[in-house]
Formats: sequence, structure tokens, C-alpha cells
Amino acid sequence: MDFLGILSSTASFILDPTTMAYALAGLGLAIHFGFAGLLNMGMAGFMALGAYGYAIGILTFGLPWYLAAFVGIGASIVFSLILGIPTLRLRGDYLAIVTIAAAEIIRLLLLTAVFTDVTGSADGLTGFNGTGGTVTNPTPGAGGFNDANPIPSGEYGFEPFLDNERTWFIRIVGMLILVGATFAVWRLVNSPWGRVIKGIREDEDAVRSLGKNVFAYKMQALVIGGVLGSLGGLLLALSTNVNSSVYVTSLTFFIWTALLLGGAATVFGPLVGSVIFWTLQAFLGLVFPALAKAGLLPFTGIQAAQIRFIIVGVILVLLVIFRPQGIFGNKKELTFVK
Amino acid sequence: MSSSSQSSTPIKSTGLHVGEIKPGVAKKDPILVADGVRRQFGGLVAVDVAHVEIPRNAITALIGPNGAGKTTFFNLLTGFDTPNEGKWSFNGKSLAGVSAFKVARMGLIRTFQLTKALALLSVMDNMKLGSTEQPGEKLGASLFPFIWKKKDEEIEAQAIEILTRFKLDTKKDDFAASLSGGQRKLLEMARALMTKPELVMLDEPMAGVNPALTESLLEHILNLKKEGMTVLFVEHDMHMVRHIADWVIVMAEGRVVAEGAPDEVMKNPAVIDAYLGSHQDTDLGTVTGRITLPTKGKDS
Amino acid sequence: MNLTATTRRAMGRLSAAVGAFVLAFGVLALGAPAHADVVNPELPYKVSGNVQNEGIGVNGVLVTVTGGGGFSAEVSSDAEGKWTVGVPERNADYTVTVDESTLPDGIAVVDNPETEFVESNVQTVTVGPGGRVAMNFFIGQGERNTVSMVDQIVQRLISGLNFGLMLALASVGLSLIYGTTGISNFAHAEMVTFGAVVTFGLVGILGDSALPIAIVLAIVLSAGLGWGLDAGLWKPLRKRNTGLVQLMIVSIGLSLAIRYMYQFFIGGGTEQLPGSDAPQIALFGSVKLSVVDMVSMCLSILLIIIFGWWLTYTKIGKATRAISDNPSLAAASGIDVDGVVRVVWVIGSVLAGFSGILWAYFRPGIRWDMGGQILLLIFAATTLGGLGTAYGALIGSIIVGILVEASSLIIPSDLKYVGALVILIGILLFRPQGIFGRKERVG
Repeated sequence: MDFLGILSSTASFILDPTTMAYALAGLGLAIHFGFAGLLNMGMAGFMALGAYGYAIGILTFGLPWYLAAFVGIGASIVFSLILGIPTLRLRGDYLAIVTIAAAEIIRLLLLTAVFTDVTGSADGLTGFNGTGGTVTNPTPGAGGFNDANPIPSGEYGFEPFLDNERTWFIRIVGMLILVGATFAVWRLVNSPWGRVIKGIREDEDAVRSLGKNVFAYKMQALVIGGVLGSLGGLLLALSTNVNSSVYVTSLTFFIWTALLLGGAATVFGPLVGSVIFWTLQAFLGLVFPALAKAGLLPFTGIQAAQIRFIIVGVILVLLVIFRPQGIFGNKKELTFVK
Repeated sequence: MSSSSQSSTPIKSTGLHVGEIKPGVAKKDPILVADGVRRQFGGLVAVDVAHVEIPRNAITALIGPNGAGKTTFFNLLTGFDTPNEGKWSFNGKSLAGVSAFKVARMGLIRTFQLTKALALLSVMDNMKLGSTEQPGEKLGASLFPFIWKKKDEEIEAQAIEILTRFKLDTKKDDFAASLSGGQRKLLEMARALMTKPELVMLDEPMAGVNPALTESLLEHILNLKKEGMTVLFVEHDMHMVRHIADWVIVMAEGRVVAEGAPDEVMKNPAVIDAYLGSHQDTDLGTVTGRITLPTKGKDS
Repeated sequence: MNLTATTRRAMGRLSAAVGAFVLAFGVLALGAPAHADVVNPELPYKVSGNVQNEGIGVNGVLVTVTGGGGFSAEVSSDAEGKWTVGVPERNADYTVTVDESTLPDGIAVVDNPETEFVESNVQTVTVGPGGRVAMNFFIGQGERNTVSMVDQIVQRLISGLNFGLMLALASVGLSLIYGTTGISNFAHAEMVTFGAVVTFGLVGILGDSALPIAIVLAIVLSAGLGWGLDAGLWKPLRKRNTGLVQLMIVSIGLSLAIRYMYQFFIGGGTEQLPGSDAPQIALFGSVKLSVVDMVSMCLSILLIIIFGWWLTYTKIGKATRAISDNPSLAAASGIDVDGVVRVVWVIGSVLAGFSGILWAYFRPGIRWDMGGQILLLIFAATTLGGLGTAYGALIGSIIVGILVEASSLIIPSDLKYVGALVILIGILLFRPQGIFGRKERVG
């Protein structure tokens, strides 16, 4: 068993675009749930809009990639408004079911054969990132995200982060978005605005009785969190193809797990939680098959690779019961108040 | 309630009404006027107030048996509930259809029967939320601390001043969750003062407060009037009503059945009826206020 | 100047793009199907065939391939009459339909001249382990197999009723659990899958002929699952006074763990229970129903009647309704809330497990995530009838079932769940107490 190899592959997930995408979406959920108390179970829908908006912006509308990115963000804002105007008055668990259903509607609309020309139906969309295409699907073309890469071609870094210029470009862009978003969220939640939304999380009638427009604040929180989610989806689209099979409800649940790992009412929790979530996923996904191969586990390799998902579910259950404030959250500021 | 206390001899405002005292009597200087306000839940009429006026710069008590519609009336006046019909105005401005937060911004602040301290915010953050002047509560401005930092310090100074008065200043950094029930009531009232209200509506300010704090709460309510505010409160404790209220409005089955100065109202047969009607099987002590009723979970 | 103009144009294009994007998803337009001889080439498995008129390929005939999990693809035959559709799963059934209105005038799908096998324009094929299957259609002079609108509607209504009754078994359990404990139980989906997966496992051990025994055992084990979940997880959490939001997320974690455990044991493919290929019996016109469908409907109705009797007339049933109505009052009047909740979990689990077995026949096929595919429909049905009211859930399920099945007459079948989800959202927005729930008094 190549234990060092496993550790190295695991470590590479620290800088993986997927990890950053989870961190961004988790940050959005932290705003929604951790700070504003909005039970959003439809994060996958926001991410799908970010990813598909970008890809469709390029492929269907012929926009340059940097403007196409705003199509996804714009779509997530519109989605927040459509969803929020009627639903923000609902009780918490009702909001959860409405958001999960809305995200599922988005996925079904992206999947249906009716819009194949725009969405690619079950095949999803490819080849929108220009020269070099995506890592998994290189396609020719010019003027895309990959052509904007200022890094000369070559291998950079050190193991396990030894990669080509394309991977590094995505990492750097992802890192910049993530750092910017984290800083902005940190500023927001430590401002008087943050004070108001935390108050709303505790008791919206009390905040309303003090003359605050609770609905407007909740809407702002929903939009900001949704935009962060769509940025997560955008990051996924920058690094690979888009396919509706990614944006399923399980994705939302995984992001919840990552968020709760780090601490829902913290700014750095989503980041830390995503790194833990993905390194753990990668590690377990490699170590169990390796053990099975070595004859130490009585499973097939495919079975061994599934165990990690079972473990994710168990972790989520245990976290919520025994450590709802997350690994780094403050016990006093745990968020399950209702 | 010892009579040696300074607050036990409050100066009562008199001559608040115009003409003969009857339910819905006109006031010399009303701050709040309600007209034909009706709220129905299914077949049940919870509130049906033909006409009532609340006198300015006085302490008015709203009393009545459980289920008389006092809390529902509060909710209707403050925009937390919408009546089926009716008009009501504050300082001459109509409040019909005005949402709760706008009502609050106009200077009409309420507290809740079940205290709504924001448990996982610090006492200081609770207080700061009361201020209406913080520009940093706008999303755009909140990102730039230089816009709101100075104002936040002013608000903090103001908050400390009020907290000191309410003897909560030593608790300012604690989570509100760690306060006792009575302290939370105090915090809720202190927070309401941060908004600089004209009319303070208190829903059962004494419910669940331990006797040691009752007196200071009474004093705070009297102080509100001294500072020029108007107070409207719901209370079951008749002793307290008699003690601090300048005017009493009695509700039963959703209607205003009597009004008047506290001592007069207590003698009114309609009032005794209303109370006895719903308390036939309770100790008379509760009716006369010698025994405080245990508060129910929810009262409408 | 130029730069500004460009920027402005770009901004204009951007807002147009955003608008168009929203429009594209907001309007449910019935787009034309993709015209190509090969559809979904990247999918691993293939269904292919040709359309021949006396040995000569017919061009431009529309063929629709649908399968489990909402899969649907449309393809047009090429100049040689050939068509190919990539499909996502092997060991799965797909329905191939020739749209006879796209055939040249006067001809229709006819019998295969070699095998004399009676063919209709709708055929079911099984993609075997090889991952490929061919389905050839022979056409010629003949009467078209056109299904009249009335027949289609009747077929859909019966199918919808069947689906609705199956949903009802799952929904009433979910509704009772919600009513008595307040938990929005996302793991209900896995309780549905449980019945099917266990039946499948037992059939594997006992043999196909032991199907009835396997079903009975699976239901007994479902009862055990419900008992175990309450005893091992939910009751301790009740004792800890865990909040409702926490309980909901616990149920999500539980759902993930159990779901992937199924995948661990049965893999990611689709498996069939014995009898899933039962012949269809023509009822009238072109309305057909398989024996399994008929048995399934009868059993659903029987179970629902027993359940209704239990809820209405037995002591525990009455206690259950009392707790749903007002838990603290029920507890105060001496009802053993914990005991009743335990019974509710067991009954909910039994009903869910049985609906899972029916769902395995209806889809058809067993998959590790088959319960998750209908979870939101179950929520929709429960909400429609009024959360926490069992009778409401029953009516809600039948409405959702018929709506889902009938809507595919008007909208593409891969969007048939969307209608139900839209209803779910609409109900929560405008009448959260459901069609039968009482409006709670506010304030």
C-alpha cells in the first residue's frame, strides 16, 4: 500500500478548486443559516445557476468569459429575489422544503431534453473555457478563460502541488475570489448590518419592533449568500465541465456538512470545514480501496470507495447532536436556537 | 411594595378626559386613537373596539381577563397583525396598513409578553440594535467601518448610560441568554428606550419578574412618563395598576367595557362583572390584586 | 468614447443575457426535439434500431426512448432509417415509442414479417449486461396504433391513481411522524427504499418463487427498522430536547448514511424484482394494466383502509390524532406520548417499506436512491393535504400522483415532477396549512 502516495493525493485537495467551491458555497450558507437563520436547503440550485449561467453566457450568448461570469451571478440574484419575495415570511422548516424543491426544479429544467440546445440536457456543457478547454475535456477555441492565463506554460510548485499553468491559474483565481469573499463576509458580520441579521436569527419580531425592515435584511442576506453560492458554481465551471448531475440535493447536504464541521456562525468555519471535508473524503476514498486491495478489508474496491459517503452521513448526524457549534465555533454562539 | 419607597407616591396625571366618563371617552390630547378596529379569527371575534383614545404623557393601563383581546389589540396597533376592519392613528397619522417596523420608526415601540431578548447576542449588541441612527446598518455602508465607527461609539455611550440606570451595565458583555427572566424584561425595556420612543407599549411587564425587581421596574415605568413619554401597558396585577396608572381601560371579550381613573374604574360594576365572569372559580385574591396571577403562556 | 460605447454595448448584452437566461428557465417552452440520428453519444450504453418499410429505411421518424430516473430522449431516424440513443444505465428497461404521426401517410407499425410477433408502436426493451440493445420497427400498410385522447387520459389517470396510492403509503407515515414529533424526516426516503432492497435481498436468498414470503419478511424488518430508529436515535434526541431544525439535519445525515449503505450493498445499478415483466392486460380500448399494477393497487387500498380503521377506531390511533392535534394537552391527559410515538414510527416504517416494494414495480427497478427520487413528491403530497394530518396526506398523494402522471400528456415527461414541485411551493406559500389543515389562530 502506497501510504505516502495517498497522503500526497489527499494533501492536493487542500488547493483543489472543488474545495474552494465548497468553501464559497459554505460561506454563503453561513450567511444564510449561521448569521441570518435562513434554512436554505437549495444551495445546489444557486451553484448550478452560477456554473450554467457562465457556460451558457459563453456558448449561447457569445459573451467574453469575464462577462459571462456575471450572467451566473445575475441569475442567482434573480433566483434569490423570485424565491425570497414570497418565501421569506415562511417558518424555518417550510423555507427548507421550498428551497430544496426550487433547487430541484432548476436541476430538472437543466436536465430536460426541452432545452437541449442551451443546456446540453443530460450531457451538460463543455468547451466553454477556450484554448485547452477544461482539464478533462480539452477543446480548441480562443478568447476563453484559459487564454487569459498570464502564466507561461510549464510545471510549477512542489509535490503534492506540482501542476501545470492551467491548474495554477484556476487555483489563483479561486484563491482571490475566496479571500475577497471571506474578507467581505468578515466585514459584514462584524458591522452593524451583521448585528441586525444576527438579531433576526434570534427573533425577527423583536428586531421588527425596533424599527428594522426585517424583510429587506433577510432578502439582502439571501442574495449575498446566493451570490457566494453562484461563485462556488462558477469556480467549478472554470475548472471542469458543467453537468446537472453534479447539482443534486446531495451537494447541498455535503456543503451543510462542511459548514457544520467548521462552525455555522463563523467566518472561517466554511473554509476550514471544506478543507477538512475534502481531505477526509479524498483520504478515505483512497485508503479504503487500498486496504481492500491489500486484502485487509473484505470488500470490493468499489464498495470500499463508497464507505466514505456513509461516514459523511454519520459525521453529519454526530456533529449536529454533539457539537452543533462546529469544531471551531463558540459553544455560546451555536446557531440552533429555534 | 413598601410605602417608604420614593416611587410609591407617583404624581398622578388627572383631567385627561373630555366630558362624561364612558367607554371611548375623548381625551384632551390623545396620542393614539383607534376607531372601529375589529379582528376575527374564524368565527371568533377577538377584538372589536368601537373607539378608544390613549392620553399623551400619561400612564394608561389596559386590563381585562384572559382572552379579552389585549395582546391582539397590541398586535393590531403596532402592525404585527392586521385587523379585518378599522382605522387607527398615531399623532394624527393613520397607521392602517403600515408595517410593524415603520410603526416602530414613527416612535411607537412595544415589548412582548414573552420576553424577546436576543439570546445569543451580547447585552450591548441588544442595546445597540435599538438605536435608529446607525448608518452602518445599511448594507453598503457596513463594509466601510470609517462610516459607522464613530456613531457606534456614541451609541455605546448612550447604551451604557441607559444600562447603568437599569443596573445592567456590569452585564454588558454577557450573552442575553445568561440573564434572569426579570433582567431580560429590563433589557427589553432598556432596548426599547434606545429607539427614543414617544409611546411605549408594554405587554405584561411584570409577568414572571421576581418581587425584588418589581419595584425597580415600576420606577422605570414612572420615569418614562417623567421624561415625557407616554406609556400604555397590559397588566394583570391590579395593585400595580392602581399604583402607577393615570388612566385605566378595561377590555372584555374584545370590547372596551369601561374607562376611567384607577380608583373609579375598580368600583365599576362592569369591571367587577368582567373579572368575576371569568374568574368565578379562582381565588378572589387574584381579582383584587393581592395575589398575582400566574401568567399564562399566551394571551390573546 | 469608443471604449464607453463598447462597455455600454457589453453591458446591454449582459443584461439581455441575464434576461434571456431567466426567460429560458421561466417559460416552459415546448422546444422542438433535437433532430439527429445519434442522441447522447457520450452515455455508456446504447439503444438503437431502424425503422423499415418493406426493407427500406424510413427517414425522419421520431422515436422516443424513456427510462427510469426521468430519463428521456428523442431521436429521428436517418436516411437509412437508423437511430441510436445513448442511455445512462444497463440492466435497465427502456420504453421505445415511435411517433406514428411522423410516419408517411397511410402506413403504421405492423407485425414483424419474420416472427409474426405483434408489435405496437410502443415497446419495452431491456439493456442487458452487454450495454446494447436493438429495437427494429417494421411498418407497412395497416391501421395505425393511434391511442385516442380519451384512452390516453384514462391510462394516465389509472397510472396516476396507482402511483398516488403508492405515494400515499409513504406520505401518511411521514405525516404522522411529523404530526407527533415535529420532525421533517428526510430519511423517510430511505425507509421507502428499505422495503424494496430487503425484498430484493431476500429473493436472492430464498429464490424467486418465495416472493410473497420475502415481501412479508421485508415488512416485518421494516417494522424493526422503525422501532430501532426511534429507540436508538429519535427517542434519545427527544429526551435531550433537541431542536426541530437540528432533528431535521440529523434526518438528512441519517438519510445520506443509509442511502450510501444501500449503494455499498447493491451497487449503483438498477435491479429487478421477480414479476416486474408481468404481461399487460388490455382493459378497454388501448388501456392496459399489468397484473402487478392491479395487485399493487388492491393491496394499497387494503392497507390504507386498515390504516384508516386503526387511526379512527383504535385507542392508539385516537391517541395518535390527539398528539398530532396538541401534544402537551395529550400528554397532560395521560396519554403515553413516547409509547404512541414508538408505534407511529413502526407503522410509518411499515407503510413506507411496503410503498418501496410497490415503487420498485412501478419505476420499475430497485436502486439505492429510489426513495430519494420521490422524497420531494412525498413531501409535496403531505404538505398539500396539510402537514400532520394523515387523511390529508392520503388525498394529497392521490392528487400528486395523478397530477404527475397526467401532466406528461401536456409537458415533456422528463419535466413531470416539476409540476408537483411547483404545487408544493405554491401550497407552502399560499395555504401552508394544506387543503384540509385548519388555519391556526395567530397571536
